[in-house]
Amino acid sequence: MSTPATDVRTSATDVRTSAAATRIDAAWEALRAVEDPEIPVVSIVDLGLIRYVRVSAGGTVEVGLSPTYVGCPATAVIRRSVCEALTKSAAGDFTVSNVLSPAWSSDWITPDGRRKLNGYGIAPPVPRSQQPIACPRCRSLHTETVSEFGSTPCKALHRCLACLEPFDYFKCI
Amino acid sequence: MSDLFRYTLRLGDLSLVLGQRLSEWVGHSPALEEDLGLANIALDLIGQARLLLSYAGEIEGKGRDEDKLAYLREQGAYFNAILAEQPNGDFGRTITRQVLIDAFQLELYERMTGSRDERLAAIAAKSVKEVRYHLRYSSGWLVRLGDGTAESHARVQAALDLLWPYTVELFAADDLDQRMTDAGIAPNLPDVYAAWSARIDAVLSEATLKRPVDRPHAWHGKRGQHSEHLGYILAEMQYLQRTYPEARW
Repeated sequence: MSTPATDVRTSATDVRTSAAATRIDAAWEALRAVEDPEIPVVSIVDLGLIRYVRVSAGGTVEVGLSPTYVGCPATAVIRRSVCEALTKSAAGDFTVSNVLSPAWSSDWITPDGRRKLNGYGIAPPVPRSQQPIACPRCRSLHTETVSEFGSTPCKALHRCLACLEPFDYFKCI
Repeated sequence: MSDLFRYTLRLGDLSLVLGQRLSEWVGHSPALEEDLGLANIALDLIGQARLLLSYAGEIEGKGRDEDKLAYLREQGAYFNAILAEQPNGDFGRTITRQVLIDAFQLELYERMTGSRDERLAAIAAKSVKEVRYHLRYSSGWLVRLGDGTAESHARVQAALDLLWPYTVELFAADDLDQRMTDAGIAPNLPDVYAAWSARIDAVLSEATLKRPVDRPHAWHGKRGQHSEHLGYILAEMQYLQRTYPEARW
């Protein structure tokens, strides 16, 4: 008698699990559509800001969101956009937590995100040991730093010495 | 007032006051790039302060949030070391103050990532990456100015001589610091000092600057006794909330 009972429990768990998986998928889909307010060509998923999407024992979808820089004014806008996107999605009840540790790293920008940044004219991050940085416009490696800081906390200002165009560089941290 | 609350305010106030000071440069820097640099560092510091003051408010549990703590505390309830509130002076003096504090925050936060207090450990882990970047910027400038012209060298050496006595307070462990260290929450200040000292020596040597002699200090900003400068900073920073309480935008 014990075997069928176990089967019933297992299948109930499967149903719950697959419902949870559907909600997680719905949440990811919604998050992938949230643009970075300063660099609309990349989504917050491309930037590696979403640390986890999971379903708690109580049935709430939990989203972990990391700030790029602690003082970045876009953080509040991103959080609001995330909440709006999740509300409109099929994710159901959700919470959004601020995850500080481990700290966000520019290494977490996805390959797709790096490609989009470059196409937008922002050179993606390059570790110091692997520099120089290539000009996003003409690909020349003959570039120089103009300023360690740029128009947003995540960017620095560089210049290409081949095509002479200035360009933004996504800081490597 | 709990130890942890007070200690967290010491950290948060240092960042807030220095961030507020740096932001005075916006629109006044010697070049656009430096305007961006100082403004960005100020923004990072205010970001750190927001995390720390929010946490302090939670520890206190009396309903004060980051804004109430920043905008509605009197000077005597601010616990930053007074180096942070010293006036900007010329660009060289601002940079000198920045190197001294960046190196302190770097060595402090690196060790605090192992704090027994998980929240402080997380804030330190996040902040240390930004502080490392700040120090690269500030020490790069100190080297350029120190090892620059006779004029720039004389100016940053004078700034260093002026500011050096205030650095002692950063490392002077009082009973509160000691209790926090014993509890595994705060790094051991003598260790932080040794690492800071070595780092500063390396920068000063490259900048051809002379390290001033340590002198006994009588500063107690960490206990709420400040120089006259903090009052002026707070008067400007808190003006709006004092004039229009609860104003939001």
